[in-house]
Amino acid sequence: MSEFFSMGGYAPYVWTSYAVFALTLLADAFTPLLQRRRALRMLRGQLKRQARNATKSRPSGVEDAE
Amino acid sequence: MNPLILWFHKLGSPPYFYRLAGRWLPWLYALALISGALGFYGGLVMAPADYQQGDSFRIIYIHVPCAWMSLFAYLFMAANGFVALVWRIKLSETLAMAAAPIGAAFTFITLVTGSLWGKPTWGTYWTWDARLTSELVLLFLYFGVIGLYHAIEDTRQAARAAAFLALVGVVNLPIVHYSVVWWNTLHQAQTVNLMGQSKISANMLWPLLTLAFATHVYFFASLLARARAALLTLESGKDWVRNLLPGEAAHV
Repeated sequence: MSEFFSMGGYAPYVWTSYAVFALTLLADAFTPLLQRRRALRMLRGQLKRQARNATKSRPSGVEDAE
Repeated sequence: MNPLILWFHKLGSPPYFYRLAGRWLPWLYALALISGALGFYGGLVMAPADYQQGDSFRIIYIHVPCAWMSLFAYLFMAANGFVALVWRIKLSETLAMAAAPIGAAFTFITLVTGSLWGKPTWGTYWTWDARLTSELVLLFLYFGVIGLYHAIEDTRQAARAAAFLALVGVVNLPIVHYSVVWWNTLHQAQTVNLMGQSKISANMLWPLLTLAFATHVYFFASLLARARAALLTLESGKDWVRNLLPGEAAHV
């Protein structure tokens, strides 16, 4: 097993390469999750604002045309 | 109309694409993980050490698939950019811009692992030879596309401007690919040939091809996930996006 990890003396080069690969793609895989969360948060805020504005701008007793 | 063309038209509609991509995503991630694990097992355990380079040659299983992906992602980005510029298809703009950061990630890995491979085999981390320099230019082109896209306020205009830059940068692709043929480079020439005989033994080759498959599948998984998130923002005013949020008023 230790022979496997020593990679014939090339361990620093080989394992650093594999680590760079894994970490870069891990970061790449998480980015869309964060983008999605941000998009949904913005969307919720947008909907809430619109709902608030709609109730505020509607004078009492007047029918909403929409 | 031809059913395939009809399906392509349907695919161009953001809500349809969003749903379909959502269904495919878990399968693509799973396929990429399984084939990637298989390829790594083959490359690290099953394949014998190289008779000249010893175990350092195992960097090939990262470096070469990522190098192929760096070119493939650029080609994909440019092709979608072309469609976006000519036919103004919104989904193509989204796909082109989603491909850029993934391609940049693969190009970055290619450069770093190439450098880590160069030290034990060539005795240097970096040299300004044609292959290495053109690959570095490729990374800068990706940065240019991503930067331009984020520099312009209007998302759709930004995507078209960046797509134009991506198209201009296509000139670099043959330079990267043929650099080892056109110039005397320290970088070795092509070993794997899809059309003819590869200069690598079968028990070293199959893990490489498996990993090439895995990285392609991963590219599409990441692409679809990014495109879905981008469409949510781009189409935030549309009903289909608003209806995705349950329990909140879709219509005010």
